Amino acid sequence: MAVKGHRVGMEVSIAVSHAVQLARAEAIAAYPITPQTHIVEHLSSLVANGDLEAEFINVESEHSAISACIGMSAAGARTFTATSSQGLALMHEILFIVSAMRFPIVMAVANRALSGPLSIWNDHGDIMAARDIGWIQVFVENGQEAFDHTIMAFKIAENYKVLLPTIVNMDGFILTHVVEALEMLDQETVDKFLPDYHPRFKLDPKHPLTMGAFAMPELFTEVKMGHQHALMTSYDHILKVWDEWGKLTGRTYHPVERYRTEGAKVLLLIMGSLAEVAEVAVDEMREAGESVGLLKLRMWRPFPFKALREAVAGAELVIVCDRALSLGGAAGPVMAEVRSALYPLAQKPAVVGYTVGLGGRDTQPEAFKEIVRLAREEAAAGPSQEYFLFGVRS
Amino acid sequence: MSKPWDQVTWQEIEIGGILTEPGSARAYNTGDWRSQHPVWTKSRCIKCGVCWTVCPEAGITEQPDGYFDMNSYCKGCGICAKECVTGCISMVPEEE
Repeated sequence: MAVKGHRVGMEVSIAVSHAVQLARAEAIAAYPITPQTHIVEHLSSLVANGDLEAEFINVESEHSAISACIGMSAAGARTFTATSSQGLALMHEILFIVSAMRFPIVMAVANRALSGPLSIWNDHGDIMAARDIGWIQVFVENGQEAFDHTIMAFKIAENYKVLLPTIVNMDGFILTHVVEALEMLDQETVDKFLPDYHPRFKLDPKHPLTMGAFAMPELFTEVKMGHQHALMTSYDHILKVWDEWGKLTGRTYHPVERYRTEGAKVLLLIMGSLAEVAEVAVDEMREAGESVGLLKLRMWRPFPFKALREAVAGAELVIVCDRALSLGGAAGPVMAEVRSALYPLAQKPAVVGYTVGLGGRDTQPEAFKEIVRLAREEAAAGPSQEYFLFGVRS
Repeated sequence: MSKPWDQVTWQEIEIGGILTEPGSARAYNTGDWRSQHPVWTKSRCIKCGVCWTVCPEAGITEQPDGYFDMNSYCKGCGICAKECVTGCISMVPEEE
């Protein structure tokens, strides 16, 4: 029997900070950046008011924020941070070190375009530039999911068989600054779900050890293999935590979510909040008798190869809608990944890619109907380009 | 880690590359890859210890008789030879 949370109307950023509070984070270091600001501002208030017993370190940059988080996680604290866009880029060199040293830090990324030109608005350019940092990465599409996945991220990250930092991606403004209705859980329920963090290793003068040692060429590849193995095998542990959450709350999550995919010949594939917009388009196309469904990619790292292959079985055309560019490259990052994942299949659908909604460009349901129309023409003729930038004026 | 590095498998490496025993630097003899090493001419050595003081890697050890000699951590940088007050230290190439 699922626990009934109490229903509240709340800005999603505030809901995320309450999720961190309910998770009893012990250490936070963050630097404010639009559109992540409300998350850390509110956490700062919670700590200052004594509502969250945690160390909150104000730092002078995101590079320092994530570095301080490493120190606090190494000392054995449950650690959280949040950032966006240029802030994530400024963290870049440290992000690889967090995951290589296997610190279970949880980070909310309020996805925003990378400059230039300067843009504070939403797309996935920031996280795609950090695609290969070796963290677990999930995407959410509404406020409830942002709340749920923030709590679950700690449980996933801290599992001794995982011990990997985890990013919860949420679209900047579209999610972070919107007031939504969502179900909050009480402290007792969260405490039962998420026990105290007991680090496997921590810095302790009584039991000295070395963290962050160098690796000679004879060892570097072996260390990387261990990291890759941990990330790939984290898949099963992530599913276990999502299952447990489903039993607890009645909200069950999957690596590849399906929306009206029964018998669909054409599948849209989208990550993040635009998937909810695409639902409207799919509803309208279904009512018009078109065989169109929607896949929502929730788990980005580790990439859910098997789940994706199962989800596209029977489809003739998969249309990937990226929120980022790989300038001069093969396709948008999601498109490239999906096409690679499907390539080994003997029977595979055509894959056509469109990049949409860059730098906050409004994307309405009509856009997805237009994309489906265009993609069908491209697939029938054999795609004329590697991928397309949708809605660009010429 | 008791095995030579090039025989360690990925499964044998601790999570995050953590070294669970303190003092692990001791096990790495940095002298392995030096291309030259210092040789003391005892007849000109005044046991002043400047070489021991200036060595950046603790690669010089005082002997029971008060003279100095390199140890297995000497990388062969030559600072001791450069700074020796009496010029009693010469740098000699490692033999193949």
